[in-house]
Amino acid sequence: MLRVGILAFHGDVSEHLRASKGAAEKLKRKIIVSEVRTRSDLNGLDALIIPGGESTTLQKLCEREGMFPAMKKIKNIFGTCAGAILLAKKVRNKATNQRTIELMNIEVERNAYGRQNESFEKEIGTTLGKMVATFIRAPHINNVGKGVTVLAKDGGEILACEQRVGDKYYLALSFHPELTTTKFHEYFLNQVASAR
Amino acid sequence: MVKKIGTFRVKSGLAQMLKGGVIMDVVNAEQARISEKAGAVAVMALERVPADIRATGGVARMSDPRMIKEIQKAVTIPVMAKCRIGHFVEAQILEALDVDYVDESEVLTPADEQFHIDKTKFTAPFVCGAKDLGQALRRISEGAAMIRTKGEAGSGNIVEAVRHIRTVRSEIDEIQKLHKSGNTKKLREKAAEYRVAYDLVVQTAKLGRLPVVNFAAGGIATPADAALCMQLGVDGVFVGSGIFKSAEPKKRAKAIVDAVAHFRDAKKIAQVSENMGDAMKGQELSKLETRYSHRGI
Repeated sequence: MLRVGILAFHGDVSEHLRASKGAAEKLKRKIIVSEVRTRSDLNGLDALIIPGGESTTLQKLCEREGMFPAMKKIKNIFGTCAGAILLAKKVRNKATNQRTIELMNIEVERNAYGRQNESFEKEIGTTLGKMVATFIRAPHINNVGKGVTVLAKDGGEILACEQRVGDKYYLALSFHPELTTTKFHEYFLNQVASAR
Repeated sequence: MVKKIGTFRVKSGLAQMLKGGVIMDVVNAEQARISEKAGAVAVMALERVPADIRATGGVARMSDPRMIKEIQKAVTIPVMAKCRIGHFVEAQILEALDVDYVDESEVLTPADEQFHIDKTKFTAPFVCGAKDLGQALRRISEGAAMIRTKGEAGSGNIVEAVRHIRTVRSEIDEIQKLHKSGNTKKLREKAAEYRVAYDLVVQTAKLGRLPVVNFAAGGIATPADAALCMQLGVDGVFVGSGIFKSAEPKKRAKAIVDAVAHFRDAKKIAQVSENMGDAMKGQELSKLETRYSHRGI
């Protein structure tokens, strides 16, 4: 039984919930998915998903709850879009006082494609196969440092990557697989299970 | 493998990312910065907040493009802006300005009494007001990627917002019952009554909710108002005059963000509601000269 929390005060939480449950079903694996809104909600989780949303809003709500230190102790974290920004050690085009949890050795640039009119969907190739990827005011993963493995690229752009740091595992995507596929959620759940 | 922009998935996608958030009306760059700092997920750029539109009277139109640009420069969160109902040229201008969402809004003076904008023709996504399920589904048929229940903007009075949320809810319950009991005849009658495709009615009945993201709007003045709307089942809230017409906008903006994020946690809402200064002065709806929520078809 895997306990997966989804950071739930804001963003596409229900989409991640559905994708996680769909992935667990396909893998025939039992999971408990819970909503995370406070520090104590983080207790006993095997994994945490940080959804898409506004990274500045997510940061503020996490900080107001004093959640960052406890999030650093979570063993497995999967972040899409805003979630990827929160995982990055370096962020470009920050809002004033924007901070992240600083867990992955990656540099992410916010709103790198432009405004909503530049948002798009596209079929992309990944190490998990082809999929339709949705990019909503998406960030770029500008570059990845030591220990980071790239899982999807399009042209020169890095779209998905993962990193192991000691017994911790992190997965960051600039797009939203939760809107179109369960493949990345299946992959993440497999990583979480194999680490136990 | 081509990039596809402006698909419905991309348009509704942004609304999905805004869920659980607060979208604040702002009239200048400074208010936009205050909103971003407080944790707003987006701002709505407009020349006058609804309460002032009421007070000044006259025809309310799309905002000055320069003001919208200044607000876009001031913050990194999405910037929305309003056009008049049916005024597709104002919408074209807003799209050209690269606003992140166009609000075809009854708060501005309607330009067309017969037609709302054909929103399928735009790359920019649209949010539209609705006071019942029929209006919501008609707007979705026209291409709206997000709905806000109307409420009564600029009134500081939550009663109309609650009425519209409850109306949409009970009408969805009704078609859901019809669908479950296999009463296709009645469902077809509903589709005819709502003037929308039968499939859209069935889709809504199956989902048990609107098929797009649904925020509340109109009359939200306190953290408790915002949490009330959330507990009634909306995905997030718009706050118009409620913040910058209050005594201490910074505190109130932050408190409303916190109340929406923790909308089921009464202790937390009590905490954030403390010592916030006066809320905007509300008005009895019977005393209002113009009911914005009655605009639109």
